[in-house]
Parts: sequence; structure tokens; C-alpha cells
Amino acid sequence: MTDMMDTSANAPRRTSLKGNSALVARRKRRERLLMGVGLGAILIAFTVLFILVASLVSTGYTAFVQTQVTLDVHVDPAEISEEQLPRGGFQNVLTRSVLDLLPDADPETDLRAVRGILSNGAQFALRDQVAADPSLIGQTITLTVPLSDPYDQLNKGNINRDTPESERRLNDQAVVWFDQLDQAGRISTPFNWALFTNADSRFPELAGLKGALVGSFWVLFICFAVSFPVGIGAAIYLEEFAPKNRVSDFIEVNINNLAAVPSVVFGLLALAVFLNWFGLPRSAPFVGGLTLALMTMPTIIIATRAALKAVPPSIREAALGLGASKQQVVFGHVLPLAMPGILTGTIIGLAQALGETAPLLLIGMNAFITSAPTSPFDASTALPTQIFIWADSPERGFVSRTSAAILVLLGFLVIMNALAIYLRNRFERRW
Amino acid sequence: MSHLKLSTAAIAVLAASATAVFAQGREEIRVVGSSTVFPYSQAVSEQFANNTGVPSPIVESTGTGGGMQIFCGGIGEQHPDMTGASRAMKASEFELCQENGVTDITEVYFGSDGLSLAISRESDFDWDLSLSEIYLALAAQVPVDGEWADNPYTTWNEINPDLPEVEILAYGPPPTSGTRDAFVELALWAGCEGLDFVQEGDYDEDWIEENCSRMRTDGPFVEAGENDNLIVQRLQADANAMGIFGYSFLFENQDTLKAVTIEGVAPNEDTIASGDYPVSRPLFFYVKNAHRGVIPNLEEFVAEFVSEEAMGPGGYLSERGLVPLQEARRAETREAAMEGTTFEGPAE
Repeated sequence: MTDMMDTSANAPRRTSLKGNSALVARRKRRERLLMGVGLGAILIAFTVLFILVASLVSTGYTAFVQTQVTLDVHVDPAEISEEQLPRGGFQNVLTRSVLDLLPDADPETDLRAVRGILSNGAQFALRDQVAADPSLIGQTITLTVPLSDPYDQLNKGNINRDTPESERRLNDQAVVWFDQLDQAGRISTPFNWALFTNADSRFPELAGLKGALVGSFWVLFICFAVSFPVGIGAAIYLEEFAPKNRVSDFIEVNINNLAAVPSVVFGLLALAVFLNWFGLPRSAPFVGGLTLALMTMPTIIIATRAALKAVPPSIREAALGLGASKQQVVFGHVLPLAMPGILTGTIIGLAQALGETAPLLLIGMNAFITSAPTSPFDASTALPTQIFIWADSPERGFVSRTSAAILVLLGFLVIMNALAIYLRNRFERRW
Repeated sequence: MSHLKLSTAAIAVLAASATAVFAQGREEIRVVGSSTVFPYSQAVSEQFANNTGVPSPIVESTGTGGGMQIFCGGIGEQHPDMTGASRAMKASEFELCQENGVTDITEVYFGSDGLSLAISRESDFDWDLSLSEIYLALAAQVPVDGEWADNPYTTWNEINPDLPEVEILAYGPPPTSGTRDAFVELALWAGCEGLDFVQEGDYDEDWIEENCSRMRTDGPFVEAGENDNLIVQRLQADANAMGIFGYSFLFENQDTLKAVTIEGVAPNEDTIASGDYPVSRPLFFYVKNAHRGVIPNLEEFVAEFVSEEAMGPGGYLSERGLVPLQEARRAETREAAMEGTTFEGPAE
């Protein structure tokens, strides 16, 4: 720049760049550099994203299938009687049907080991089926049940057959049994629907995300129901009605600050106010939703104000000129025109809330619950806290399930953000 | 104005229904407490719900200390019914309970858990350490040339020439963890007591408690957070790093990790139950007797927890790494749990 300054002010400015090729070359070089840096930044971002997703997919994809075994179960009336239902020797019946498939297993000494092949949930699957239809007692039914976690891991190759027996989670005998079942065509690995239809369990092969999904739904529902009207109300007041003075400046600064407050602070606030003072129940999605609403509100206020600002004043003036009241102007004209922008901001705010963990940990939404909540007042987990719980479990099967749960969460985030982009592109008007 | 009326009415209805829901009372049992006891409470909770069909008890992992805070918060539906602990209740916690009216509680000692010191299988040395060697490697202050000074050791062979020349590096739990408390008490205090310096100096237990409780903070000991799986992953990445965590994590990861034997004893069910393995700790849960008969099924849940199928040898808790008590002790525990013997506070 300095050499341009050198040209005296009186001399006519050269408009042609001809003959000043050094300057041109430098300008072009700088342009290329800027482009290169920008491209590099995008490449770095994409590489990191790719590594993240690749590592999640490579550990998580196995959780989307589940090893199962198909058994011919003779529902023995000696073990299971109609009067005793739902209690009965379901486990014994199942173990016997596995023993029938393993010629070299001893029904006495290997009983415990053979029982361990099946998931603990198998007996309850049989129980529910028989309880629903007691006429099955005495018949032989074909039942497909999940295998327990170590066998599932063996089938998925996470337990290496080449490691010495003493260092392996399953001994040689167990591997032989598994191979016998496999050769008999009993083993199948279908899509793991249980990942979405089961609630949490301490057994990885039974654990699913239903409780977390329902919990997250309630949390977001409450969060939306509270933060959306309040956020829009605050934004309308600040943008359309509030006088411009120190008080409204002070409020504005505070709203911007609030948007930057770490989420754990909202969790502590919720613990003190909602739980200890109001006496609301711990672990409830209702409280989680209220807490996240506090967090989402500033985002919605800021987005709404920006959207309201973008509506041209000519529309307001025209409406006012025709005799509309301020309320009619806002609800009849400005708000509908600003709605796409507001919704985009709201969805992005809710997507943030969906992935928020820290405040939910503080209000106890990281509990172990084996049933899905039926109302926002039932104790429940949410997707991110479920990931937190699974990441901390010792069983091998939870490693892949953690990654799978993260993928599900990422899937929802992508859907929500895509919806926000769609709404913006489809409905936003440019003036 | 009809909008305003409508929204006021809507808020009123919401508030009323919310209050109605709380007023109904709590259907399910609530358990908080130690992350070490968490897997066992989980197992009992799931088994209990499956067997009886009642709403499944809600189990939260808050850490031993955090659990005590919530548990001792008071009597009533908004407070949990049970807390798990990987150490006995402290005097300060007992006082907190008393202050808040939680006077009638029962302490149930239901089993023990080994703390393992583990290393990657990639490490080709057969590690065997004495408690004193562990102390010298990981404590903040050790005797150096007859003086009590900051820990100077950086490699294992400086402590014992028979050990390899490998940098000391151990990942372990933070001070908020019950696992850390147990490690300090079982490994550090015992190791400190065994040092020649302490033996000859004729120091008493108070001195040991005051001087031998701190882990070093100059690098070789790394606080790795409450997540034991993270420690396991780091050990798999670094063949020379050791990790301190519950025995169940070693048990689940036997293919990549091996135990460092302590005083020549490897951790397994037998050595932990018999007490031969020196670093094992008792596990407890505490029940509010005032909640029995008020919170539905609490009595039955406690019975399930102390049943032979759960905490006995080969029971489903032992599958998760619990080391069962001796038979006579189990009977005592069961009796105390079911009769609701009032806990008189920690022994001084």
C-alpha cells in the first residue's frame, strides 16, 4: 500500500495497470493466498469432521445389528403352568432347548455356562409370549432370542479367536459351542430394532434408546412450549414497543450475555430453584425442559429480533397508514413475514438444547431407568445423558452402543439443521 | 382480551396438572450413590422390575459423597430412599443426616470390590509391586535419605533395581471418587506404614493419615476423571502406563489388560473375597427406615438386594464383579437389612 501513497497528490492517478505488473502480480498472489487459506480451513474442518464420523461409524456400526439364535422351545408343562403365570421355569426351558443343540455339553456340569449363552432377556421374551397366549403351554414353539454380550462380541469379531484362552472373555469351550450353533444355521444377525424399541438395560444386548428418545422428546417439547412464546414475546416488545433508552440497552446487553453463559450454570440454577425450592421431581423431563428453555430463550430472542428487524419499515408504515393498530401491525404483518427467520433460529436453538448434557446431569437425568417415561413428570434420561451413562459402563457391548447412540443423536441434529435451512430457503423473503 | 384469558387459563391448567402429578406420590424407588455400587444397584433394579412387574427403581450414579449429600437432604418423597457407598458413611455425613431429620437409617454391607492396578498386555514385564513400592511411586511425599521430602522418583528402577527402567505413569480417579478414597486408605496408608522410615520413626496412625494421603501432582500420577473406560483406552494406547480402577473393568478387558500383582497376589474372586488381595474394599448401601412401607415396594427391593440370588456366590451381582461375603456374614447382613437395624453412626 505504501508505494501507492508515494504518488504525489497532484499527479493524475494512473487508471491503467499496464506497466505496473509487479503490483498486479502481488495483488493476484495475495488473492491466491487468501483463497488457499480459506480452502485450507475448510479442508481442516472437513478432515476433523470426517475423522469424527469415521471413528464413530467404525466402532458404532456393529451395534446396529444384533446376534440372535433361533431355538425350538418345548414349553414344558412341568416347568410352566398356567396357574403360576407370569412366574415359571422359563429359563430352564430355554436352557434345555440350547442344550439339545449342543451334543457335547453336559446337562449337569455345563448348565450355568450354557445358560450364559442366551441373553438374560430371553426368558422374559418367552414369558411375555406365553403369558399372552397360555395355550402355548405343552407345545413346541420357534423363538428367536438375542445372545448374551460376550457371544455377540465374538460373532462381531470384537473378541479375537487367536488370543490365548486365558486372556479371552470366552473360553475355548464357549467358542466351540458358538460354532456348533452357527453350523446348525441357528445364528442370525438381523437389524437391531431393540436399539430403538427397548429402554435402557444393564445388558448391552438388551439396552436401547427408547427411554432416551422419549425423554429427549419431552424435554424438547417443554423447552419449545416455554421458550418459544416467551422468547417471541420478549423480542416483539424489545423490537416494536420498547423505548430506546438506557434500560432497554441494559436489557439487550444482558440478553446477549445470557446467551453466552455456560450451560452448567443453568443446571446449578435449576437444581437450586426448580428442585430444592419448588420441589419439582428429580430426573424429570419437565425440569430438564424448563432448564434448557432458560438456555434457549436468549437464542430465540436474538434470532427473532434479527428477523423482525429484517422486515422493511415500509410495511409497518403502510399498515399504520391504513389505520391498523400497533398490535394489528405486529400480528397481521410483521410477525408472519418474520416467521421463517424466527423458526430457523428456534430450530437451531432446540438443536443446541438436544445436545446439551451438563445441566441435565445436575438435575439427575443421568439415572438408570429400564422403562420409557409416559409423561414429562416421570424420571427419564435424554440422548446425551444416555451416551454419558453408556460411555461409563464396563461391558464391551456398550462401547459400540455409545458410538451408535452418538450417531443417532448426530442424525437428529442433521435433520433439525437441514429443516432450518429448508425453511429459510423456502419461505424467507428478500426485499 | 380473549387471548389473554385463554393463555391465563392454559397456564393455570398446566400448573394445576403439574401439582396434581406431584401430589400423587412417588411410585418408584429412588437410589443414588457411588459409581462403584451403581452397576450392582442397576442389576438389582432391573431384575426386580422384571420379576415383579412394578415400576423399575431409578438408580443414579452421583459418587459416594454426592450421594450422601442428596440422601441426607431429608425425609420425604423428593429425597431418595437408598444410597450406595464404596466406603462407610463418614461422621460429617452422619451428622448432616441427623440435622436433616434422617435419623433412622440402616447400613447394609453387601460385598466387596477389588481395586486393580492394571497395565496393557503389550508390556512384557511381569509386574509385581509391594504396597510400599506403590506408595513410593505415587505418593506426594516420601522419605529421601532419612528426610521426609517431595517425591523424587521418576522411573520404577529408582525405587527397586529389579523393576524395569520405565517412567512411572499411572492414571487414576479424582479425589471426589470413592475409588480414590479407597486407594488412598488401602494402598497408600498400608504402603506408608510398611516403609522402614515410618517403622523406625515409630509414627502413629494419625501421622500416617496426615502425611501419607496425598497423591503426587508433579506428573507421574494423572487424574483421569470418573470415567474408567477412558483410563482403559489410555492404557491400551500406552504400554507403560498403569491404571487404577475397579476390578470389574479389568475383568471385562482381560484381553488387552493384565493385572499388576500386589505383594505377589493377583486380583480375582477368590483372593478378593478371602482378603489375600490387599487392595479390596467393602461396599455398602444405606436405607431410610422412615421410607419403608411408605414408598411402595422398598421393603421388597431391599430383600431382593440381599437375596442369595443377588449377592450370594454365583449370584447375578458376582457376574458384574462383586465379590460375595462369607456365608455367615451374608446371613448377618440379610438380618440387619430386613429388620432395619438403626445405624448408630461411624465407629470412632
